[in-house]
Amino acid sequence: MSQIICDRVSLGYDGNLILRDLSFRLEAGEYCCIIGENGSGKSTLMRTLLGLKSPSSGTVTFGDGLKPSQIGYLPQQTAVQRDFPASVFEIVLSGCQGRQGLRPFYSKADKALALENIEKMGITPLVKRCYRELSGGQQQRVLLARALCATGKMLLLDEPVSGLDPKVTAEMYELIDTIHKRDGITIVMISHDIEAAVRYADHILHIGGDLFFGTTEEYLAKQAAIGAKPGGTESC
Amino acid sequence: MLEKLGLYFSFPFVRYALIVGVLIALCSSLFGVTLVLKRFSFIGDGLSHVAFGAMAIAAVINLTNEMPLVLAVTVVCAVLLLRTGQNTKIKGDAAVAMISVGALAIGYLLMNLFAKSSNLSGDVCSTLFGSTSILTLTKTEVWLCGALSVVVAIFFLFFYHKIFSVTFDEDFARATGTKAQVYNLLIAVIIAVIIVLAMNLVGSLLISALVIFPALSAMRVFKSFRSVTVCSAIVSVVCALIGILLSILYGTPVGSTIVAVDITAFILFTLCGWLLRRRLA
Repeated sequence: MSQIICDRVSLGYDGNLILRDLSFRLEAGEYCCIIGENGSGKSTLMRTLLGLKSPSSGTVTFGDGLKPSQIGYLPQQTAVQRDFPASVFEIVLSGCQGRQGLRPFYSKADKALALENIEKMGITPLVKRCYRELSGGQQQRVLLARALCATGKMLLLDEPVSGLDPKVTAEMYELIDTIHKRDGITIVMISHDIEAAVRYADHILHIGGDLFFGTTEEYLAKQAAIGAKPGGTESC
Repeated sequence: MLEKLGLYFSFPFVRYALIVGVLIALCSSLFGVTLVLKRFSFIGDGLSHVAFGAMAIAAVINLTNEMPLVLAVTVVCAVLLLRTGQNTKIKGDAAVAMISVGALAIGYLLMNLFAKSSNLSGDVCSTLFGSTSILTLTKTEVWLCGALSVVVAIFFLFFYHKIFSVTFDEDFARATGTKAQVYNLLIAVIIAVIIVLAMNLVGSLLISALVIFPALSAMRVFKSFRSVTVCSAIVSVVCALIGILLSILYGTPVGSTIVAVDITAFILFTLCGWLLRRRLA
């Protein structure tokens, strides 16, 4: 059974639909990039998948033993977070919060998991550092480690490379690819960068204008068929 | 000087004032960090004006015990204000300003229209600046305040990690299964309780100072959430203690003196932070 099944989902705010009749399904271990123009509803779709917003119509179902609260999430950074006084360890550990229930304190296992994910992200030397003093790329790694604490199955990433320079961007993509391949975690990523999307993802979901969902090969074939270079119709 | 203090402390009301003052300073500083980070620094001010408006209504309809009404109105406003940071039509600061100014105006208007005492400006002044109420506390009030402070402190300790998650990233917390709305609601209720309590100490106008100064001071120097929280609690308690002692010794208004000490602490911490950064750079 698929991990996520979107069935004729429509999304919108205050009765204005921005996305109509979207249906797709994702299997465990897939890597799907969501692309589309600004305002086409990419972030809204992601918020819907996370259960932060309910769809105007249609249903989102989870299968394959995946609970909605087991999805790791890398949100776009907010202004509040940029000057938040918190250490790297505190932030990564807060990824375990969802499983806590009413337990007030973290267990040894939670702390070990946090340290393990910090190690995976290659930020062990920063563990005691203050989040707001880190570079953009380091901050993203911290948030990625936090997301990994919340999930072992699926990661949703909302423009993980926005505001990063080309070198750090490439490292970030490699890191996400490693998580996907090594840990077999399903990746759903919003991206503006068609080139990277085509390179790393095995599925493409294009929303806004003409809806498209299929494998990357199908997407490329379709783009070739309408005579456009991949990415040629897009502008960031 | 010590003799003078010793003399004053032989009066029970001075001891009560000191105990209550320190407890309220502790409670307000614990949640101050969260409020400052959530960009709700002014909520203390706003809610205390709401409490002022509610007190005016209580006075007009001749309630003997105004506390329940004041508390209820303030809690409702706190919940409305803190309910959600993102999807409201009127954003945080504007909503706080609106409620605060509105409640103040209506409260003053009501007091004017239905004034019973001849000394209206005196009444208003003492509600706003809390001139003498801390020195007229009864034993029951001290116990009530003590009990509530213990409840607030225990709540904070038990939900510390959840408060952190919800403050740092509400969306992430909600998405990964933390009941963020419930905790936001609880935080709002507790903040309302603290503010109604604190009105007795420093009066409406100076509550914001109690909430934000210790948190901001701590944030100048410390870098993790835990150290900021601990430091702001200590700063707040120490400042309240010094402020009350000074006000006893020199006969100055309690609230304003505490805030003056808080401001001094803030300047000191800012200097410390600046020196630390320079040394590291």
